[in-house]
Amino acid sequence: MIETIEHIVKEHPFFAGMDAGFVALVSGCAKNARFEAGQYLFREGDSADWFYLLRNGRAAIEIRDPARGAVTLQTLREGDVCGLSWLVPPYRWTYDARALELVRAIAVDGACLRRKSEADPRLGYEMMKRFTPPLLERLQAARMQMIDVYGAHG
Amino acid sequence: MTEARSIVDAAGIEALLEALRGQGYSLIGPTVRDEAIVYDEIATLNDLPRGVGDEQEGGHYRLTRRNDEALFGYVVGPQSWKKLLHPPMLRLWSARREGDELRVEAEPEAREKFAFIGARSCELHAIAIQDRVFLGGPYVDPHYRARREDVFVVAVNCGVAGGACFCVSMDTGPKATFGFDLALTEIVAGRSFLVEAGTEAGSALVETLPHRAATKAEIEEAEAILARTAENMGRSLEAGDVRQLLARNLEHPRWDEVASRCLACTNCTMVCPTCFCASVEDTSDLAGLESARSRRWDSCFTLDFSYMHGGSVRQSVKSRYRQWMTHKLSTWRDQFGTSGCVGCGRCIVWCPVGIDITEEARAIRESDGQKGAT
Amino acid sequence: MALMADAFVAARAADPMVPRVARIAERKREIEDVVTLAIEGGAFDFAPGQFNMLTAFGVGEAAISVSGDPANGARLIHTIRAVGAVSRALAELRPGEPIGLRGPFGRGWPLLEAEGHDVVVLAGGLGLAPLRPALYRLLAEREKYGRIVLLFGARSPQDILFRDELEAWRGRLDLEVEATVDHARGDWRGNVGVVTTLIARASFDPARTLAMLCGPEIMMRFVANALHDMGVAEERIHLSMERNMKCAIGWCGHCQFGPVFVCRDGPVFPYSQLRGLIAKKEI
Repeated sequence: MIETIEHIVKEHPFFAGMDAGFVALVSGCAKNARFEAGQYLFREGDSADWFYLLRNGRAAIEIRDPARGAVTLQTLREGDVCGLSWLVPPYRWTYDARALELVRAIAVDGACLRRKSEADPRLGYEMMKRFTPPLLERLQAARMQMIDVYGAHG
Repeated sequence: MTEARSIVDAAGIEALLEALRGQGYSLIGPTVRDEAIVYDEIATLNDLPRGVGDEQEGGHYRLTRRNDEALFGYVVGPQSWKKLLHPPMLRLWSARREGDELRVEAEPEAREKFAFIGARSCELHAIAIQDRVFLGGPYVDPHYRARREDVFVVAVNCGVAGGACFCVSMDTGPKATFGFDLALTEIVAGRSFLVEAGTEAGSALVETLPHRAATKAEIEEAEAILARTAENMGRSLEAGDVRQLLARNLEHPRWDEVASRCLACTNCTMVCPTCFCASVEDTSDLAGLESARSRRWDSCFTLDFSYMHGGSVRQSVKSRYRQWMTHKLSTWRDQFGTSGCVGCGRCIVWCPVGIDITEEARAIRESDGQKGAT
Repeated sequence: MALMADAFVAARAADPMVPRVARIAERKREIEDVVTLAIEGGAFDFAPGQFNMLTAFGVGEAAISVSGDPANGARLIHTIRAVGAVSRALAELRPGEPIGLRGPFGRGWPLLEAEGHDVVVLAGGLGLAPLRPALYRLLAEREKYGRIVLLFGARSPQDILFRDELEAWRGRLDLEVEATVDHARGDWRGNVGVVTTLIARASFDPARTLAMLCGPEIMMRFVANALHDMGVAEERIHLSMERNMKCAIGWCGHCQFGPVFVCRDGPVFPYSQLRGLIAKKEI
């Protein structure tokens, strides 16, 4: 059986328990995507048009540094959302996302979802509720990494 | 043990000292040195501070001249018996390299037998509290035990209350109720002492002294003196629930207030008769053949006290004062089942800025539950 | 008067402050600034999570957790990070050299209580060392426990302790092992992110889980809260505390943490016991 995109969106943990109407609206902006190991999901500086909900495989969020090469900031895996910059202007990626292994994902058209959210603020609020936790988690994680907990004590 | 109380005079006290010395005890008692009452070796009655009184207040201590010849007409001085049982500095062991071998030798335990002359009730409570620390757990400190186990205690019931005393609040005085071989109450200054024996050894000793049975009037006089002392406490502390009070007020703004006055000088911990904290330090000779470890008193008021790699846990003076005071009045009960404070008032008197533990407790009580900047 | 009867305890025992002399049998460099010392010559009995006081003669003494297998009483293993004068001197000791030993001390991991439960072992950095004896025991008595999950966080791939062993454990079917690092170069194939991110993905049943945590205090606090939020009971989240220790037996006062002595009453405590204090400053 070929899974419909709607079914895939509905089953993704990131949208767990979401109202069927919202699932339909999101699905209308979504398609399947696949990245081979080493392939980039997006690159720093590019326009943040599509974001990804990982279904299989891991991806690394990286930033390039002339002296150190690519520095990995975070790794993401199935169930995670990859890409938050589509939410806010100027809708541009501030880092690279690279597949560490074969990655299957739901690709969502950010502009499409923004338009629908503007039109239906209930959808917009639903999206904010779902995208705020990973934002806070990443802020928290960045703070933990910044204080370098293992440096002094570990 | 005789239940009867006896009366001895000054000659009887002299004979008591003589007899204890004869039994091989080193006599340690109050004597005047550096304008203070200190516990030191004494030989005869003449070493006791006859006719001396004292004036004690927050950050204030003066010896005074009494208008009588009392032998025990003052209260506690800066030092307690702690320095004898838990010495300020003690070598624990030494190690010596001999060729390929390394031998560790434990420091031999002190063999001295002490007689404590003039220990006050609060001090007996303090000794009992330290007994629980060094003897009451799964490990026993052999040095403390060696010093402690043969002590002969001649207690003195307090005939006056000091300006910083609050033993009545802490239920630790002014009358000695345990922990003594003999207890004296000076009923006629310098001349007549009511003697009560607390042990067989104590009552046997009284029998060898010139003494007579106390009259009912003399016993009543002693009780009246103690009642008067109890009524004249310089300080008071509501001790009943102070443990819970402090435990729930760890973020009270009063800690900031007291920290603004506290110099973190460690005086309170040095003079406290129950404070037991210590550190160890290792030394070695230049050739690296011999090394040794010593234990010395430490204080929770130092920055180093809570040092771990990376920094000290208690950076602020506020947190250090809070550690000390909550330990004394609150967490000590969790740790050892007793209060860590006996109400002797030394920490108040010897604080250079006169910080008063009873006043701090009262201030927190008066605004129980307030939260400050944390 | 002499001692009160109830103050007397047992017979005259050896002075617990005096170390015995042992010898270094083996020294292994683990990662930057961290070495593992093996001591031989004696029967060493300890419970996982306990620590010893180790003396570098002429320098000083430090509290170091035992990191070896409790089933091997002939070899006592400690893993030491050289961070101060004493730990540096200990880490410099070579085979054949004498070392002073007191212990073992403290209350270790609640392995008995863990029986019949899923067990989450979560270590940060050098915190894996005090947990390794517990892992050896868990694996030796595998049938007594439900699922076992080992989650490990380190600063960078270069800071992963016991890496060979972790990789070997990862190959086991009866143990789930996940590791993450805070920082990595692009050539690192493993996870990057804080250790809390591993918890949500691990397979254990919070309602019947016992957790053992060891690592930096901030990390333990966040992990304990995350586990509690998932439904693990506070009484069954255990953490190993670290404080300054000079005596290990409750005499020196340095390791006080509110009402407890970390040396005597811990170092392992249930989170329920510490919760009120661990979030407060400078306790």
